Amino acid sequence: MSTSTSPYAPGEHPDEKPPIGQSGLVNWVYTNLFSSPFNIILTLVTAYFLYKILPPMFNWMFFDAVYVADSREHCRELNSGACWGFIGKRIGQFTYGFYPHELRWRVNLTFLLFIVAVLPVLWDNMPKRRLMLWFSALFPFIGFWLLSGGLGLETVETNKWGGFMLTMVIGVTGIAVSLPLGILLALGRQSDLHIIRWVCTGFIEFIRGVPLITLLFVASTMLNYFLPPGSNFDLLLRVLIMVVLFSAAYLAEVVRGGLQAIPKGQVEAADAMGLKYWQSMRLVVLPQALKISIPGIVNTFIGLFKDSTLVVIIGLLDPLGIGRASLSDTKWQGLSTEVYVFIALFFFICCFGMSRYSIYLEKKLHTGHSEE
Amino acid sequence: MSKLTKLAAGAAVAALFAANTSTAGTLDDVKAAGHVKCGISTGVPGFAFTDDGGAWQGFDPAVCKAVAAAIFGDTSKVKYTTTTGKTRFTALASGEVDMLARNTTWTFSRDTDLKLDFVGVNYYDGQGFMIPSELGVESAKDLDGASVCIQTGTTTELNLADFFRTNGISYEAVPIETNDEARTNYVAGRCDVYTTDASGLAATRSSLEDPAAHVLMPEIISKEPLGPLVRHGDSEWADIVRWTLNAMITAEELGVNSGNVDKMATGTDNPEINRLLGSEGDLGAMIGLDKAWAWRAIKMVGNYGEVFEQYIGADTPIGLDRGLNALWTQGGILYSPPFR
Ligand SMILES: N[C@@H](CCC(=O)N[C@@H](CS)C(=O)NCC(=O)O)C(=O)O
Repeated sequence: MSTSTSPYAPGEHPDEKPPIGQSGLVNWVYTNLFSSPFNIILTLVTAYFLYKILPPMFNWMFFDAVYVADSREHCRELNSGACWGFIGKRIGQFTYGFYPHELRWRVNLTFLLFIVAVLPVLWDNMPKRRLMLWFSALFPFIGFWLLSGGLGLETVETNKWGGFMLTMVIGVTGIAVSLPLGILLALGRQSDLHIIRWVCTGFIEFIRGVPLITLLFVASTMLNYFLPPGSNFDLLLRVLIMVVLFSAAYLAEVVRGGLQAIPKGQVEAADAMGLKYWQSMRLVVLPQALKISIPGIVNTFIGLFKDSTLVVIIGLLDPLGIGRASLSDTKWQGLSTEVYVFIALFFFICCFGMSRYSIYLEKKLHTGHSEE
Repeated sequence: MSKLTKLAAGAAVAALFAANTSTAGTLDDVKAAGHVKCGISTGVPGFAFTDDGGAWQGFDPAVCKAVAAAIFGDTSKVKYTTTTGKTRFTALASGEVDMLARNTTWTFSRDTDLKLDFVGVNYYDGQGFMIPSELGVESAKDLDGASVCIQTGTTTELNLADFFRTNGISYEAVPIETNDEARTNYVAGRCDVYTTDASGLAATRSSLEDPAAHVLMPEIISKEPLGPLVRHGDSEWADIVRWTLNAMITAEELGVNSGNVDKMATGTDNPEINRLLGSEGDLGAMIGLDKAWAWRAIKMVGNYGEVFEQYIGADTPIGLDRGLNALWTQGGILYSPPFR
């Protein structure tokens, strides 16, 4: 047997396993947790705290919890942990606010249609995507009609909307309307036409200089003084307008950051090819600018979603407001931890979902212009 | 942010003075809208809360319901708006609500400078202090250096400053927006003391893990007559709210309650009962309503005593005594002008 022949062609030899001690669980634990005295101390301290915190937390949340009960007293008789029976009894309130019981199917249906409508927007491998996008474009009207009624459906005034439903309405409308508006504002701010530039810059700076809560106050009370007496301008609509304007101003700045990162050569090249302004924006500049702005855009969306809880201050009952009113029922009072943990979970799921989606989008659109 | 919020609220109130807000014809507006727009608090045990079915209940919403019953004969015809101590007056002044029933103290400046009209008193209260009993403090005067949870935009804030100044002691204010927030801060120990209306303290105390571990100080440092209020400029509307409240108080005085009101409405040998319930004369027409207005309010909501016992009385977890709020005939100061 010749020793010079190898079963592998040159360069095809598979990687050898790393030497023992450089891989495996033991090694991972060593390099990540115990590599230096400082790390050892940190690890031990953390482990101690986890040991102290986690078991009681799990006991409280799951093992000692009461899932069905009629009152706080009842919960306490049954077990010592969280009283999820409270949330269970009031899940309808937390979800729909004061929306009439017999009409809640309309909210459910709207939510279902909403999922159908966003899928083609978020996921471009969707079968029959073009057709579905038409539905997405129609959805705002269908959704509005289903929720508020009219045209054969019983009307439900917006002051009956509340809970998670309200948060979703504010969040989704805010996101959907403020993105195009924000892009227009960002383009306007870079426009060569002075008037447009001044107006856009003035608007953005004004809105950014004022806290959202102030805008909400203006929406809820000030506007009443300016509008002709007797005119009935829906409070939720006013709030939505303010929320949209607010997040549009922030988005405009995020998008502007993206626009400024696009080399001038791109616009000049588009010009050279004879593209008109809107064509060059739509085909050349914006796709690149928006791609690099994704983290900032999603960041603004998440902020907007969470800021929607501020509406409680002007008397709209978002989940926090519902929680507050529920906690004042003497039957249940004292269970604020349960309420806040529950609401936090909802917001976490929504916001975490958004941030995951943004990472997916960034990966998908990553075309290798920048180093990972 | 809090400063700017204050600014915004201030600007809103300023705009109010600039604008001419004499809105006549609230009753017509209410009838046209099909509901009474009522401002309530964001939640105080016993005074305003939602039940498991999602309906507003409590000592304060009961006033809104009584007004709705008097006008529409339907206690569900109320559109509730929750307001904090800071937003309540702007909400009323701007027309966002038609009336406030939100443990609000009747004071000189609110009645005059803020251009509001208090229509009566449905709870005579005073400001007290609650502290954990383990602190071993026996008098509010020993609270030197304490941190105090206090709701912004309330009379409480001003009384507290007065009290500590006149007694030459110092304190650190922890400003908060709502009763629930106060409770959370107090439980977490971010303030040693919670001060607000004694009724609110009793309500909050009942909601603590171990109510017995907290004591109310003996001092009551202010007068807090709490009552419903409306905007200046529409006395007819004010009359309706005022006399609905008076009807509930008078009903208790005359022994009329939700159980016997139907029988009494057919006529009794007490002329005042007859006038109240509409079997004699026509008082309702004088306030733009029909004869049975008070009958409906009492039938659907109850007389004052019933409402008190149902939501905040001795048999509820709040456990408030009638005290000052007993009828004048029973040692209290609750006194309604006659129905004549
Ligand atoms: N009576 C005082 C204080 C009223 C007040 O704010 N009370 C608290 C606690 S009893 C309250 O109603 N809180 C309700 C809320 O936080 O929405 C006033 O009118 O200024």
